[in-house]
Amino acid sequence: MIAIIDYGVGNLFSLQSSLRMIGEDAVVTADPETIRRAERLILPGVGAFGDAREKLSRTGLDALVCEQAGRGKPLMGICLGMQMLFERSFEFGEHAGLGLIPGDVVDMTPLIGPGLKVPHIGWNALQIKTPAHPLLAGVREGDCVYFVHSFCATRCDASVIATAEYGAPLTAAVACGNVIGCQFHPEKSGAVGLDILRAFCAIGG
Amino acid sequence: MITKRIIPCLDVRNGRVVKGVNFEGLSDVARPVDLAKRYSDSGADELVFYDITASAEGRALFTDALREVASQIFIPLTVGGGIRTLADFERVLACGADKVSVNSGAIAHPEIIGEAARRYGSQCVVLSVDAKRVDGRYHVFARGGREDTGMDALLWIRRGIDSGAGEIVLNSIDTDGVKRGFDLEMLAAVCDFAQVPVIASGGAGCIGDFVELFRAVPKVDAGLAASIFHFGEVEIPVLKAALAQEGINVRRI
Repeated sequence: MIAIIDYGVGNLFSLQSSLRMIGEDAVVTADPETIRRAERLILPGVGAFGDAREKLSRTGLDALVCEQAGRGKPLMGICLGMQMLFERSFEFGEHAGLGLIPGDVVDMTPLIGPGLKVPHIGWNALQIKTPAHPLLAGVREGDCVYFVHSFCATRCDASVIATAEYGAPLTAAVACGNVIGCQFHPEKSGAVGLDILRAFCAIGG
Repeated sequence: MITKRIIPCLDVRNGRVVKGVNFEGLSDVARPVDLAKRYSDSGADELVFYDITASAEGRALFTDALREVASQIFIPLTVGGGIRTLADFERVLACGADKVSVNSGAIAHPEIIGEAARRYGSQCVVLSVDAKRVDGRYHVFARGGREDTGMDALLWIRRGIDSGAGEIVLNSIDTDGVKRGFDLEMLAAVCDFAQVPVIASGGAGCIGDFVELFRAVPKVDAGLAASIFHFGEVEIPVLKAALAQEGINVRRI
């Protein structure tokens, strides 16, 4: 069973549906016991970092997610959920992340240069940095996935497994042991996205 | 870099697709989920569902159909038609919509744009504008293009973006249905200042019209059409291949 962590941020209908579509038993839950029992965890998220981080700690789920990840349980953060895996975010102030992956989350505007619209929204091609990573087993260089974000992860070179070119190579997917993150939305990325979710579900705990 | 998007638009009444649809091998061409799957499999980058139902019962059938689509199709879904309040946003987002498009509802109550952007994020709020040339200016039309509001379309769009609209659908009434190409002049005028994605609508009749759109207005982000896709006049894989051949960056599947 996969636990999709429900901490009151965003719409989890598509994510749960996409996991069901690939034959996985996925529950949307905030129940600590269910989260402990789950074979793997997904940390979703949309909106602003500070607000989401506050909600996650108010429910006490931040400590539980870190504890479970620390025991080696596969954890995937998606979009803002990925950004929360890092040490710090500079979205409207400075906020502490979960610190599961070294790196910071910063405004992409100064990185990508002038003339490009922010947010980075739409289908963009993945450039694979770590072809051997099991998450990307079914992904070909240049396959497109769907992004919607204004902030991006930096100072995380060691964990980047794929990037997307948008004025600069933006961090698209990261992996640090059993902790994985996708800046894009696999649940909105068609067949390529479903392949990535399938690959995550095959990663051993 | 971000690819140019191709977006089929489906009109739905009482939970069924209404505009003429002509697909071989589909047992029921009026079921939104069947068409959505067909389009998604053929490479559509996003789908727009436009609810043209007037009754509460019809709206309930629409959300049932939307939920069915969202549980089986995993590309971005935009919903429009009859969106006037935050409760309308909530109703369709809960059924799996990713973006919600406002048109006449925003003309009547412009504050809905900012309220929705603050609650759901700008990426969720699409401002759809029906515009037409009147006395050398572009006017905003309401109620499906039937009523001239007298408002300047460029000012209205600017105001919408400032209020939090994360995307603009620009439908030219002058070119809509004529099938002789998109309204490049009007689109260029909007793309000149818009810092959010602009989706071109109205006028596509053939593959060449899309090539011309992305060539002539490089800042436009997407082309939207309805009947030419429904009637099979333009097949999305063929369209994407032609665009790629012309050096336009599109998603291939």
